[in-house]
Amino acid sequence: MHRERQITLHQMNIGQTGTVVTILGGRGLMQRLEGLGIRPGKRVIKISSTPFRGPVTLRVDNAQVAIGFGMANKIVVELDKYLPGDTVTR
Amino acid sequence: MTHILLVGNPNVGKSALFSRITGARIVASNYPGTTVGFTRGYFKSGEERVQVTDVPGTYTLEPTSKAEEVAVEMLKDGDLVINVIDATNLERNLNLTLQLLKRQIPVIIALNMWDDTRHRGINIDVARLEELLGVPIVPTVGVTGQGIKELVRRFPEASVPKTTYSGSDERWAKIGDIVNQVQSLSHRHHTWYEHLEDASNDRIGGIFIALLVLSASFWFVRFVGEGIISHIAEPLFEWLWTPLLMKLSLVLGSGGFWHNILIGKLINGQVDYSQSFGLLSTGLYIPLGAVLPYIVSFYLVLGMLEDVGYLPRLAILMDTLMHKLGLHGYAIIPTILGLGCNVPGIMATRILESRRERFIAATLISIGVPCAALQAMIIGLVGQQGWQYVAMVYGSLFVSWLIIGFILNHTVRGFSPEILVEIPPYRLPLLQTIAEKLWLRISGFIREALPVVLVTVLVINILYIIGIFNSIANAAAPVLTNLLGLPKETIVALVVGFLRKDIAIGMLAPLALTAKQLVISSTVLAMFFPCAATFVILARELGARDTVKAAGIMIAAALTMGGLQNLIL
Repeated sequence: MHRERQITLHQMNIGQTGTVVTILGGRGLMQRLEGLGIRPGKRVIKISSTPFRGPVTLRVDNAQVAIGFGMANKIVVELDKYLPGDTVTR
Repeated sequence: MTHILLVGNPNVGKSALFSRITGARIVASNYPGTTVGFTRGYFKSGEERVQVTDVPGTYTLEPTSKAEEVAVEMLKDGDLVINVIDATNLERNLNLTLQLLKRQIPVIIALNMWDDTRHRGINIDVARLEELLGVPIVPTVGVTGQGIKELVRRFPEASVPKTTYSGSDERWAKIGDIVNQVQSLSHRHHTWYEHLEDASNDRIGGIFIALLVLSASFWFVRFVGEGIISHIAEPLFEWLWTPLLMKLSLVLGSGGFWHNILIGKLINGQVDYSQSFGLLSTGLYIPLGAVLPYIVSFYLVLGMLEDVGYLPRLAILMDTLMHKLGLHGYAIIPTILGLGCNVPGIMATRILESRRERFIAATLISIGVPCAALQAMIIGLVGQQGWQYVAMVYGSLFVSWLIIGFILNHTVRGFSPEILVEIPPYRLPLLQTIAEKLWLRISGFIREALPVVLVTVLVINILYIIGIFNSIANAAAPVLTNLLGLPKETIVALVVGFLRKDIAIGMLAPLALTAKQLVISSTVLAMFFPCAATFVILARELGARDTVKAAGIMIAAALTMGGLQNLIL
């Protein structure tokens, strides 16, 4: 398995699809995200990001959720497939 | 008395269902967090009076925020729960459902937004879902009322099923199993508003749409507001009310105590709605003739933006800027509500998670966000001198809002969490719900503002007659003239500003101020102190100590800004 395949939500490109692997946060954050349907095993699509450390938006099932920059950095996602053309932004 | 609770995720249509069940009209909008307090209503079931409570939305019964704590607390005194589910997000909504089913309280499920499932290509086997969960399930469409009768009819079937799972992992496994059995997805095409959703998510497209929406809203509010004033309000007062008042004036003998109170001063032998200041002249004209048209146009636009679902998208765009002020993007929603009236704006700060955020947001709203009534008067009075002066007032308020937010962000202790919010889908607003909501807000304004305006005008007249204002004016003269460059008579307006700001601006009209003085006095009035109604809400939401703090900041900020304007302009 490529190590690059596991990246944070923040590092995903817009339009990419992946599966949530872990959430690097406390119980409180886990619970809040879980309530919104974001938990390990869930497939998500990154829809947009905003410049200057702004929030990231993603789609999970039929809902769109906006997540602050710091939280988005704590959500680890495994990309669906690793294409050579995909760039991993830092 | 049976007590029914409406429980569900945020923005699944609980408030719309509440309206349908009880017949009580309340504000419902297409974004999470419309209901910040709870709303109670009643309906008759046979002979029995049933109480219904619209509980603030919650994603889980393991509360993660203050609003959710309130919701969980309220579960204790219900006899029956209507669990409202967004049928287009079955899995996530069932998480709360399964938690509810573990409580010893009968549950019935309203599978809401049923109409949306079809065009999203979602098929749900309701009978099978009912079987699996063991409680009655009724598909509903809250905004149109579809399924409500059936829902009410099946209340007695609500039950406490045996639900077994332990821990959240097992719960999610169970939910996954249920969803697999009852839901199937079919292919569907993007609707045109889903394309629009994609466009507003786009970085450049989002900013472009925001600029378009905001400038169109501003233009519309002004165009419609002005239109109502010049084509309806002014002619009505001019042709119908003035002749009546003139007759009354003659009956009262064109002068004397009652004439002064009811009609006020005649200007060149005529009633002048901006200067006479009687109860029946200016006292009625300001709220109904000058302010109401703008209330109508503002809330018409706000209602549309709310129901389309645009505001949360604006919140995302504003997030970076708002973080500089110690808030996150979602705080833009209370701020925009504050542009209508500060009272609901400050109440809506409850959707923010931390105490620090609520303090900053509420303080900023009372300083830098002028309500529609105040704005209508500023546009009416300062606008006569030229649009650049109106722009100066707005510019000063915006700059104060930014600077004070920036300072508060660096001085107020505590932390401001990040944004984490669901963005609702765009929906085509129903004309009927827009109209109902508009009517609700207009009648609210008339009911709450009109009496206060009339009492204020009455008090002003009596104080004038007694001569109290003169001594206040003389005492305040040094500050006003030296610091702000205003004539001492403006103190009267500043004092009245504590009761009603629209009347206060109206009191500037007869003073023959220069354009510069009008800009300064309008700005100071807007920032200086909240009106009485806002002050009460501020004290209730922040507590006494923080309210005093906020008031201190307001006074300091207003004097600083007014002094600067006096130096620069």
